[in-house]
Amino acid sequence: MNEIIGMIIIVVGVVFDTIGCIGLVRLPDVYNRLQAATKCVTLGTCGIMFGIFIMQGFNSLGIKALVCIPFIFLTAPTAAHALARGAHLFGVKLWEKSVCDKYEEDKKEM
Amino acid sequence: MKRIVLFIVAFLLWLLLTSALDWQHLSIGMGVAFLVAFLFGNIFVQQPEKCFQIKRYLWFCYYLPIFLWECIKANFDVAYRVLHPRMPIHPGIVKVRTQLKSDMAKVCLANSITMTPGTLSVDIKDEYLYIHWINVRSQDMAEATKLIVSRFERILAKIFD
Repeated sequence: MNEIIGMIIIVVGVVFDTIGCIGLVRLPDVYNRLQAATKCVTLGTCGIMFGIFIMQGFNSLGIKALVCIPFIFLTAPTAAHALARGAHLFGVKLWEKSVCDKYEEDKKEM
Repeated sequence: MKRIVLFIVAFLLWLLLTSALDWQHLSIGMGVAFLVAFLFGNIFVQQPEKCFQIKRYLWFCYYLPIFLWECIKANFDVAYRVLHPRMPIHPGIVKVRTQLKSDMAKVCLANSITMTPGTLSVDIKDEYLYIHWINVRSQDMAEATKLIVSRFERILAKIFD
């Protein structure tokens, strides 16, 4: 029974990972692509980890998978933040149909 | 004091990762945790007395399901925008203001904002956050603050400030 539930959660995780990758290809600029990459890929990967934990139970492999989840939650948004900030400071433009860019306006004042 | 907190965290993590309780593993773990605590004790926590207040952990337990629910909502939101044939996105960078004081709280707020529907934190300057929003609903600072930040700010202030 645990095997089946774990498999289902892993499949859901893989589906979200796939959607994240499609987003990485389809969306127009760096910042939108980062949105898809961080959100979908984080939950997808955590789903895979959690599925492994359900399948293995409380042995060494399962606990290691469980410990990985908070680390992914801490590092993925930090990496996305660093990439977005670096791209903006380097001068990567937003998509031409973007609504507003308050960060650019404030950078000129400084 | 700071080093003791880091020592406890490092040693617990070691126990979880090895999941073995014989004296060889424990002594090596003690040694490594002591080394880590000695080298990096100064940069891990700023106010160690906060780590021993039970109230903060209870608020954290209250915050976790809210955060996870927002996270799952974010995934379906992004999946909808990505898979929709016309891609209904109106991206832009807006500016919001936070009342949180400590660095740790700001980091957690920025992480929570990144994991919630359609928003990605780009930069922090003092009390202003620059947020990339995939579907801009308001360019006004006060309005955007209400829509993005206020969900978490109240709880995070109780946990970290």
